Amino acid sequence: MTGPAATLTQIVAIFVAVLTSAALLTWAERRLLGLWQDRYGPNRVGPFGLLQPLADVIKLLMKEDFVPPAADKTVYVMAPMVVMSTGLIAFAVVPFAPGVGISDLSVGLLFFLAITGLTVYGIVLGGWASNSKYSLLGGLRGAAQMISYEVFLGLALMGVVLLAGSFDLRTIVEAQRGLWFIVPQLSGFLLFLIAGVAELHRLPFDLPEAENELVAGYHTEYSSMKFGMFFVGEYVGMILLGAMTTTLFLGGWLGPVLPPLLWFVLKTALLVVFLVLLRAALPRPRYDQLMALGWKVLLPLALLNLVVTGGFVVASAASAGGAA
Amino acid sequence: MIGVLKALWLVLLHSGHRRDTVQYPEQEPYLPPRWRGRIVLSRDPDGVERCVACYLCAAACPVDCIALQKGEDETGRWFPEFFRINFSRCIFCGLCEEACPTYAIQLTPDFEMCEHDRRDLVYEKEDLLISGPGKYPDYSFWHVSGKAIGGKEKGEALHEQAPADVRRLRP
Repeated sequence: MTGPAATLTQIVAIFVAVLTSAALLTWAERRLLGLWQDRYGPNRVGPFGLLQPLADVIKLLMKEDFVPPAADKTVYVMAPMVVMSTGLIAFAVVPFAPGVGISDLSVGLLFFLAITGLTVYGIVLGGWASNSKYSLLGGLRGAAQMISYEVFLGLALMGVVLLAGSFDLRTIVEAQRGLWFIVPQLSGFLLFLIAGVAELHRLPFDLPEAENELVAGYHTEYSSMKFGMFFVGEYVGMILLGAMTTTLFLGGWLGPVLPPLLWFVLKTALLVVFLVLLRAALPRPRYDQLMALGWKVLLPLALLNLVVTGGFVVASAASAGGAA
Repeated sequence: MIGVLKALWLVLLHSGHRRDTVQYPEQEPYLPPRWRGRIVLSRDPDGVERCVACYLCAAACPVDCIALQKGEDETGRWFPEFFRINFSRCIFCGLCEEACPTYAIQLTPDFEMCEHDRRDLVYEKEDLLISGPGKYPDYSFWHVSGKAIGGKEKGEALHEQAPADVRRLRP
């Protein structure tokens, strides 16, 4: 099955699948947090509370769609769209399984980095356009945090690129057929995960929102479905981080017995559950601690990882060349 | 770093813990007998209402939610002509129960008293009175108080002693 019709089908299928899982993830996260806090979480709407996202959507749609009089209206409306659409666009390059995936860009990894880099606009513009001090503070924090952590989000991945010798995500997955990159690139994996959580501004790195200091940070003034789009954007981002970590470090769709797509979904789900566990267990660092951790610890580590991996690749290439 | 991993592990361990939530409408929580819930007016073992309309509960009430009017019957007993508790104000502190000299007003382990209309939360005497003695099955104020009421002089009741002559030295 090839041609534009097939691509269109895949686009619609992946779009629906991602949005559905993002909605279900809001439910799953609350159930998991409930489990770890010795309570139930939403369990009344439908079987196991599975229809809770639906109820939430109905509630959000019923809410007044308020735009603050002092807000910059155009930008204010644009910001949540930016957050949600960048999250969804990045899924264009995710290789779910052989034959499943929208686009096989030869620079897929760079595309992913570029698109996630755009998310910060949603945060900053949302915080700025709301014309409220809490929003502005959240937006400023978001800008500094996300731009800082983006630096070694990219650097942590360069080890993988060196080992696989390609920016093409499918080639990277195929290069892990013998050994998943989590083993030779363990530090890269950890760095990527930490940077990813910071990039997503999820707890424990949710300083742009920080509800006990900044009300709700950059989306304080947002209500109704505009808030809903920020919310969905966050959960789409969680799935994206899980999917990309799976692709880059956990062998993507590779795995015995089970069909490739199922392997991919399983690994992604496990990572997403881990992200929820991070939220359940860890407190939020202070802002200067966050910056110090980023620039003084994670950045040198990422550079070190890159240098060591590069040296290893050069050495093994030299010895292979010498042997030949 | 170790602390972070330890925190993650400890939280993960909670997956196997029992949940503390009580699934309320299906599963009723245990309420101890002295739980401070809905207020009732009890009767003594003879089936007569205990309240003697002394106003101590109304005076003790920190939110002024108790209102009553003293009346006196032909035997000289005091009783409340009306007795009204506004449960939309009540904070269930139990001070009225502590103030009551006759164990008439008592708090019970019941909290299911929601109403759609705030005015329905004003309980009159007929809503408050119960048919039994509540938490103190044997107590009757008129049997121990030493007060003269119609047909009974001081000290004639079951648990009363004859009044002492204060002008005599002997005990």
